[in-house]
Amino acid sequence: MAPNGKNNSMNGSATTKVANNPFDYYNVDALFAHEEKMVRDTVRDFVDAEVLPIIEKHYEAGTFPPHLAKKMADLGVFGITLPQEYGCAGASYTSYGLAMQELERGDSALRSFASVQSSLVMYPIYAYGSEAHRMKWLPKLATADAIGCFGLTEPDHGSNPNGMITTAKKSDGGFLLNGAKMWITNGTVADVAVVWAKLDGVVRGFLVEKGTKGFTAPEMKGKHSLRASVTSELVFQDCEIPEENMLPNVQGLKGPLGCLTQARYGIAWGAIGAAMACYESSLAYAKTRIQFGKPIGGFQLIQEKLVWMLNEITKAQLMAERLGKLKDAGESTPQHVSMAKRNNVWMALEIARIAREVHGANGILGEYPIMRHAANLESVKTYEGTHDIHTLILGSDITGIPAFE
Amino acid sequence: MNILVGISQVPDTATKIAIGADGTSIDTKGVKFIVNPYDEFALEEGLRLREKHGGTVTAVSVGGESAKEVLRTALAMQVDKAILVKSEVNGDSFAVAKQLADVAKEIAADIVLFGRQSVDYDSFQVPPMVAELLDIPSITMISKLDIVGTSVTAERDIEGGKETISASLPCVVSAQKGLNEPRYPKLPDIMKAKSKPIEERPASTIAARTQVIGLDLPLAKGKGTILGDTDADITELLKLLHEEAKVI
Repeated sequence: MAPNGKNNSMNGSATTKVANNPFDYYNVDALFAHEEKMVRDTVRDFVDAEVLPIIEKHYEAGTFPPHLAKKMADLGVFGITLPQEYGCAGASYTSYGLAMQELERGDSALRSFASVQSSLVMYPIYAYGSEAHRMKWLPKLATADAIGCFGLTEPDHGSNPNGMITTAKKSDGGFLLNGAKMWITNGTVADVAVVWAKLDGVVRGFLVEKGTKGFTAPEMKGKHSLRASVTSELVFQDCEIPEENMLPNVQGLKGPLGCLTQARYGIAWGAIGAAMACYESSLAYAKTRIQFGKPIGGFQLIQEKLVWMLNEITKAQLMAERLGKLKDAGESTPQHVSMAKRNNVWMALEIARIAREVHGANGILGEYPIMRHAANLESVKTYEGTHDIHTLILGSDITGIPAFE
Repeated sequence: MNILVGISQVPDTATKIAIGADGTSIDTKGVKFIVNPYDEFALEEGLRLREKHGGTVTAVSVGGESAKEVLRTALAMQVDKAILVKSEVNGDSFAVAKQLADVAKEIAADIVLFGRQSVDYDSFQVPPMVAELLDIPSITMISKLDIVGTSVTAERDIEGGKETISASLPCVVSAQKGLNEPRYPKLPDIMKAKSKPIEERPASTIAARTQVIGLDLPLAKGKGTILGDTDADITELLKLLHEEAKVI
């Protein structure tokens, strides 16, 4: 546990851990390095102290808690795997995954924020940008003095990004962007957008700064999921950006897809956190809710549900841990990531739904985290490659026959 | 200011404790160890003293190889130096206090901070023992600390009130919950701490003055009976207290 004395019985924490560790049935902990556990426990304590007490209120109001961006940055969450020379932690991908797990135990909105900032903005600037891009943006993005967003998906091009119609045309001073992006986390609040557009038919990455003429980012309203996250459209109308704002070191769809692999990796871990929150609440509820003269946890049907949850969480943990090791060794493929994202988000959503049943009518109340996670996970199952698209990616990989071409 | 903070490694407070085969120590198999929660307040106060008065913060722990983990946490919180006094035997409070007093003497500590107790064996003895061994003042269970020059003012929570105490440096204090709000280590600092040195030294041989001869778990709680609130239940309650519990 990290040193803040917040998560132990001395403080009478409301979220006391039942038994030794209710989530770690196989002592998966033993597979992590000491500093990886420290990273996880620090983020865990942070979420317990700073996120859980306020997140329901923000979810209901449909607002992201703005002060948490700076607090997550102070902790060092953003760009956690990038080198220390850019103000980042230089941590392993396993550490990154564990941090995402803990953030999503709070709310998918927190993890989404961190995924976008780290994997979809800092990563492409680091991997595809010039040294000037890195020096200009990475330290600011690490401290949340700048917020970033990522524009790939369009209103008419979701699972098939290659069909994008946003274009860049060479102009006198640089490029003219035209088109629109949709479902963009943090678009409205971003200081810089990493935008993918076709230049002479080839997908290229561009950095578009807030306030650039011809660039607007209206917020999308009416979501019943990820309510504590800002989701926006990006609209470009003859938006002129300087020549040096193009990311020089990548061409084609492999640019944005490389970012998505990073983010999907974090989601594979994050989903475990949401599942843990639902399981923890279910276990506590089942032990204390009395019906027919005994705790409902004493009934076979409820026990089956609890066992299924813990069993799936344990499988997901082992899958994520192994994927982390592969990624840290530089041996993971995008298909490996697809399998973990597909499985773990699916299991988390199933757990949230079953958790709602365990909680009975109480499961729909904001007093418990269940419906919030269930509703969030509907988005998580769809974004960053839908469940079905990941199925087809894997299907293509194992048969050698792509179903989507 | 030369600031020394003594920290210890204890089982996570949520751990289910089992007694080891020897009957005098806990079974550490599968136990998650953490920084003693009260020591976190001592660490934080040490860091704040450095921010205010300058100087260095040294963290010291007496224990086996695994105690390095709590020293890594201290390094991640940005202490300047970490010392492990290596001892694989579970010494008594006096033996531990003697090791710590030796370190305090060696670095000429102006102030030595501890948590009020370590939550494993709960003896509360080490901080005042270190003060005695160094022949300097000791203030236990402080909830506020002010240092001006060499003059120390501390507040202590006492039953139903507060006590304000003054002393002068060098001195030993032990921290109560509420002294401060410990900081989170930053993730980049956790990574840096991984490669920082921990100075290791063997413990000197100190004869323990006490010996643990047995450990027992609390008795299992019996099953309670819940009665209603009618007059008949009151009669029943009196009967049970008299005949079964035999307390009236």
